[in-house]
Amino acid sequence: MFSFCSDPSVLPDWQWFACYLTTGKHMGFYASFGTVLLLLAITAPVAMAFGFAGAMAARSHFPPLGLLGKGYIAMVRGVPDIAFFLFVPIALDQALEWLRHKTLCPDWTAPIRQGNDFVVCAQAKLPLSSSPQSVHDAYSFALAVVAFSVVFGAFAGNVLVGAMRAVPHGQLETAEAYGMTRAQVFRRILVPQMWVYALPGLSNLWMILIKATPLLFILGITDIVYWARELGGMKTGAFAYPHGDWRLWYFLGLLVFYLAFTKLSEVVFERLMLRLTHGQATMGGEAQRKAPA
Amino acid sequence: MKKLILGAAILALTAGGVHAQTIRMGTEGAYPPYNFINDDGEVDGFERELGDALCERAQLTCEWVTNDWDSIIPNLVSGNYDTIIAGMSITDERDEVIDFTQPYLPPDPSAFMALPGTDIDVAEGVIAAQAGTIQASYIADIGATLVEFATPDETIAAVRNGEADAVMADKAYLEPIVAESGGEFVFLGDDVAMGDGIGMGIRESDAELRDTFDTMISEMKEENLINPMIVKWFGEDATIWE
Amino acid sequence: MSCWQTIQDYGLRSLGIGERLLPRSDFTLCDQVVLIGSGMIWNVYFGALALAMGFFLATALALGKASAHPAMRKPAEWFIFVFRGSPLFIQFFFAYELFVILPDAGLSIPLGVVTVTAGTDMLTKAALGALIVLFFNTAAYSGEIFYGALRSIPKGDVEAADAYGMSGWMKFRRIVWPTMLRLAWPSYTNEAIFLFHATTLVFFSGFPAWRQKGDALYYASYFADKTFNPFVPYPILAGYFIVLTLLVIGLFGLVNRRLNRHLPVETRRRIRYRPQFIR
Repeated sequence: MFSFCSDPSVLPDWQWFACYLTTGKHMGFYASFGTVLLLLAITAPVAMAFGFAGAMAARSHFPPLGLLGKGYIAMVRGVPDIAFFLFVPIALDQALEWLRHKTLCPDWTAPIRQGNDFVVCAQAKLPLSSSPQSVHDAYSFALAVVAFSVVFGAFAGNVLVGAMRAVPHGQLETAEAYGMTRAQVFRRILVPQMWVYALPGLSNLWMILIKATPLLFILGITDIVYWARELGGMKTGAFAYPHGDWRLWYFLGLLVFYLAFTKLSEVVFERLMLRLTHGQATMGGEAQRKAPA
Repeated sequence: MKKLILGAAILALTAGGVHAQTIRMGTEGAYPPYNFINDDGEVDGFERELGDALCERAQLTCEWVTNDWDSIIPNLVSGNYDTIIAGMSITDERDEVIDFTQPYLPPDPSAFMALPGTDIDVAEGVIAAQAGTIQASYIADIGATLVEFATPDETIAAVRNGEADAVMADKAYLEPIVAESGGEFVFLGDDVAMGDGIGMGIRESDAELRDTFDTMISEMKEENLINPMIVKWFGEDATIWE
Repeated sequence: MSCWQTIQDYGLRSLGIGERLLPRSDFTLCDQVVLIGSGMIWNVYFGALALAMGFFLATALALGKASAHPAMRKPAEWFIFVFRGSPLFIQFFFAYELFVILPDAGLSIPLGVVTVTAGTDMLTKAALGALIVLFFNTAAYSGEIFYGALRSIPKGDVEAADAYGMSGWMKFRRIVWPTMLRLAWPSYTNEAIFLFHATTLVFFSGFPAWRQKGDALYYASYFADKTFNPFVPYPILAGYFIVLTLLVIGLFGLVNRRLNRHLPVETRRRIRYRPQFIR
């Protein structure tokens, strides 16, 4: 990074640290914070979509669909997320490749399962082995997003089912009295009104999602925890910057990051709640109504 | 006729494949000096140098991928990369699931490392090892008290803070740590030979790729190209090919 | 070897009872189900004890956070913030690092002729050390849930208690506490589920496993590692946890029924589905 970094072993302390903290490896570490934030930013809406679909299915009056929705919410909530991440992404990857294999290589005669091996034709590989590393990274990132979304979608579904039930019946009955159809009531009244009831649960879910991100390294993504372990571990003379076991300091950095991020989220959710409660028939809304007087 | 064309197409595909195909080399990136991530964030180490030399010789384009040790074999068999070159000892139980090339490193002894003045029979002590390694199985076998940690760093820390009497790991991994510890750590007892050397792991269905790498390793051994690399990365005392 | 034999050999292996060596080859489905099941003992142990102890600390924390006095409020707020704001696995890391240096820090108690260091070396073992971390963790989460419930206790209930001349402890014991529990119960159920799931982190990246005595995930990853096939052991583990979760939901549902037994049936339903802070 700096011009004086060519021979770290002879540098005085501050320069050594300046060089050490700007190695390519540390740049990867800093970039991984971006990866984690990106994952959170993409996972949250996708998980909401899963949750919404799950909640709608669970409420459905069509039994198989209702069963599917309830089953999804109950099953996925019942499994620890680590256990889920340890086999579902590999299974998902194989399922996708199997589908591509069936469509792209219909003439292939060799079995796909050969003993322990899972062999598909070269064109069916996801991503193709010839594609650059960035594509592979993007693919495993996408798998991670799906895995996180499936798990957190189940929890979000649970929250949304509760929130839909909490919308005061009077409001729905009024809408029906105005002659709205079931679908209209759902779209125009139930969904807009449920958010205020769902927000406490969803904000908690967001907090849990933040704290689940260390599991990314199980999914083969070089996240902040991977780098903290890798950088903090003892480095012998084989490295340009040898040092002892510094994991404690790196983990301290992660701790600060997570605490700060949690605090920021709390503040944002408080503001959001303030806006959502405006004009609502809840204790919070009532308090807001009385306040200006 | 259709069959013939198809056969020819496959032949062309595979023949072309050997030259043009990208081979993804899976490694752990956390086991110096075998393989590690250097300060620039690239895979480096003995296996990087050897792997690149093998690929060049075989005229293959190789791409390096890191993967967690625990899932390194499941990800190979499900096709996320094509080889494992990660200091993996050839053992019977692994050989049942994947294929190995001939060893590119002679069997590396495992060693015990402890604090100076530790005078115990290893079979009666508390021995730390990384979970899922052949050393962990060995310690359980000899009846010592096994303490398993998730990472190698934690096993060393366990000896330093007295949680364990000794740590067992590949000698090549422990050697620089002992050498640079300034007397904080010493080797304990005798080395233990285990495994049939270190080879590249390849899917059983990928016999062709295995043969390619096997031939390249033979050639490099004959031309005495591997030994200098061993000395470069593992030091003068390392076991080399005869 | 019959499956019955396997159960005898490995049913209590996670506690160190039975066969010393784990199965090394020819893994049967029975081996995997029995050993992973044996590991569940630890998950239940950690979850049940941390939950039971955490319940009381959580009540104290909720009262502390709701207190008007800063000397009570601030520590409770910080405790809850730190434990809710950081990933459990970082908490395990720091706790382990701390527990490991404790004996060196000189917590040994000289008792005349003998020096007792008992306790401190137990802390580095998962059985005690991890339990403490889980205990603090669940106390912080439940404390926040209870605090939220405390704030939404209907004003009328408290005023009625005042009118009856109840004060201090009696008002708390008879009115505030039961109402708080009733309001918090659905979210508290969720917290219990999360806690049981969190117990899988103990050996995965926190505390070392001694003599191959570990929890369900430890044995599941042992088999995944030996058979190189993740598709058998992890679904078995998932199955065990689904059963455990259903049991937790069932038990908490019974308590919920009892807490709400004085309410008319229609209201009971409403309260049960009240969307609340999930964890």
